[in-house]
Amino acid sequence: MSAPTLEVRGLSTHFFTRAGVVKAVENVSFTVGRGKVMGLVGESGSGKTVTGFSVIGLVDPPGRIVSGEILFKGRNLVGMPEQELRDLRGNRIAMIFQDPMMTLNPVLRVDTQMIETVQAHQKVDRETARQRARDTLGMVGIPSPDERLKSYPHQFSGGMRQRVAIAIALLHQPDLIVADEPTTALDVTIQGQILAEVQKLAATTGTSLIWITHDLSVVAGLADDIAVMYAGRIVEQGPVEQVLDAPFHPYTHGLIGSVPSRNKRGVPLRQIPGMTPSLLSLPPGCAFRARCERPIDACGDMPELTERAPGRFARCCNPHLEAVA
Amino acid sequence: MALYLLRRIMQSGFVLVAMSLLVFIGVYAVGDPIEILISPDADQEEKERAIRALGLDLPLWQQYLVFVSRALQGDLGRSFVFNEPAIQLILQRMPATLELAFGSMIIAIIIGLPLGLYAGLRPDTWGSKTIMAGSILGFSLPTFWVGLMLIMIFAVQLGWLPSTGRGDTAVLFGIPWSFLTIDGLSHILMPAFNLALFKISLVIRLTRAGVRETMLMDYVKFARAKGLSPTRVTFVHVFKNILIPVVTVLGLELGGTIAFSVVTETVFAWPGMGKLIIDSINVLDRPVIVAYLLMIVVMFIVINLIVDIVYTLLDPRVRLESKGT
Ligand SMILES: Nc1ncnc2c1ncn2[C@@H]1O[C@H](COP(=O)(O)OP(=O)(O)OP(=O)(O)O)[C@@H](O)[C@H]1O
Ligand code: SF4
Ligand SMILES: [Mg+2]
Repeated sequence: MSAPTLEVRGLSTHFFTRAGVVKAVENVSFTVGRGKVMGLVGESGSGKTVTGFSVIGLVDPPGRIVSGEILFKGRNLVGMPEQELRDLRGNRIAMIFQDPMMTLNPVLRVDTQMIETVQAHQKVDRETARQRARDTLGMVGIPSPDERLKSYPHQFSGGMRQRVAIAIALLHQPDLIVADEPTTALDVTIQGQILAEVQKLAATTGTSLIWITHDLSVVAGLADDIAVMYAGRIVEQGPVEQVLDAPFHPYTHGLIGSVPSRNKRGVPLRQIPGMTPSLLSLPPGCAFRARCERPIDACGDMPELTERAPGRFARCCNPHLEAVA
Repeated sequence: MALYLLRRIMQSGFVLVAMSLLVFIGVYAVGDPIEILISPDADQEEKERAIRALGLDLPLWQQYLVFVSRALQGDLGRSFVFNEPAIQLILQRMPATLELAFGSMIIAIIIGLPLGLYAGLRPDTWGSKTIMAGSILGFSLPTFWVGLMLIMIFAVQLGWLPSTGRGDTAVLFGIPWSFLTIDGLSHILMPAFNLALFKISLVIRLTRAGVRETMLMDYVKFARAKGLSPTRVTFVHVFKNILIPVVTVLGLELGGTIAFSVVTETVFAWPGMGKLIIDSINVLDRPVIVAYLLMIVVMFIVINLIVDIVYTLLDPRVRLESKGT
């Protein structure tokens, strides 16, 4: 079997700030197979975006990838010369950003921003590039793409802007798209439409996806696998149905309890008490301990990510194993 | 657009009327030109004849009305001193001032933009810190002192550049210009640089601040995520955005430079409008002072209008019609 599209091994990305070292991503490993969708879930500040930027090699100072490997189709991106990375970026690996209102340059027309992306990776003339841009806009559901190409970003709604950003990501039919909460800023109907379209596109082109979100209900319908992050580390990992049906980690458990659609009618929504700890002063042991419902003495030491059932990993001393036992 | 222009012209009319009143009253409050114009030993009758000839016997409001009705016919009065139409005197001197002002503007852009760009892109280098320290000097050193120093070094000590006058001129559109001859250029270099000093600092600071702010924007990171080269990111995505504040501020500065190049023109004996107005104030040549100030008002109005139009060309989010005032 050929190498998976992406294999991340022991990735740690730290920010060396004046206040101290922020370990935004710590010892993260996951694999995304060809055409597969991996959901990366976690609260705000858990390190999802930094993981995504690490994958496309855009961690800016004071941040740095301090250890680990990122194997893209077998080639390690960590330490790869900038020129080679740039050839991959936007070409074989694309990223869609969190806030559609901010991702397009306000003073450049949409055609400029699309054509430059085509021409950055392929020697084609302007007209060919423009046609490709137009076709891709049409593909992501933008009406009358020929006219829209001549518009500026502010002439689009948020949902339309995100479609443009998605179209830009799709221009070179990449092998991997890192989608950083691309629908969070949009309203629910548009969110649904975009999800359905992206899913269809991924299935037809064999593109792999890392879908970053803090909304479990989005991942449920979309992803094959899921990785749950907490305070920079993966705390639970496995096939999406199994994890959502019977989560091992108390944090995943709490997350699922706080999703309305998964709750039984009449049972009040549960909130996970407490707040994400500061990454600057993480206490020793399990980072979730202060908010956990079932801590035991052993939690004072950082638990390892262990395989608790076939293909299912959790970083917890006292996981919810009842359901599968 | 047409509607917008019409509204702007009407507003400008009001501003002009208000300014003419202020200027007229202000100038009359400053002093009585008769004392200066007529020799002390002239007898009473001679003096009164002069007063009547100049129209100074009428009450102030009548003088103003006479002035306005003549002004509407394009006659801003005759200079007491030169006995020439004031407007003609000013127009004769205008090209010298204009070429000085534009020369300084060009120098400010040629020197300021690259330095500011460098300081913004590499803020922590030794070079950037030197540039920023230098820009503080440019802000704080008095213009006349720098002018004298320039003359001391480049004219007196080194003997490289001439220190006074416009040098040889060549005629274009029926007007003599210094910048068209080598000798003229060597004359204009020092005063233009002197006048540019403050603006160089301004451009450096604006550019640097703009670059640093823009580099942090999502759309710049997205441009990099598309795999664009650093050159393209800097000179298209960043540069187009920082041009907006730079052009606006420089445009507004232009008016000030033309109006108040007095100091530089005096130091370098540059025969422009600034020198004329200083001389006219010394002898209380009221028509010239009034005409000059009104000209300046008109010029500011025109420049502001041009800046607004250029601004909309640079920033597609701004539309002239939608602006309230
Ligand atoms: N430039 C930076 N300097 C210092 N710390 C940073 C920097 N960028 C990110 N971090 C830290 O890294 C941690 C993870 O941030 P990240 O943006 O990955 O979170 P996230 O999971 O994407 O959250 P959200 O859901 O809010 O987008 C945060 O605690 C943040 O403070
Ligand atoms: S390790 Fe302990 S504290 Fe941490 S989540 Fe598991 S049970 Fe809770
Ligand atoms: Mg994020």
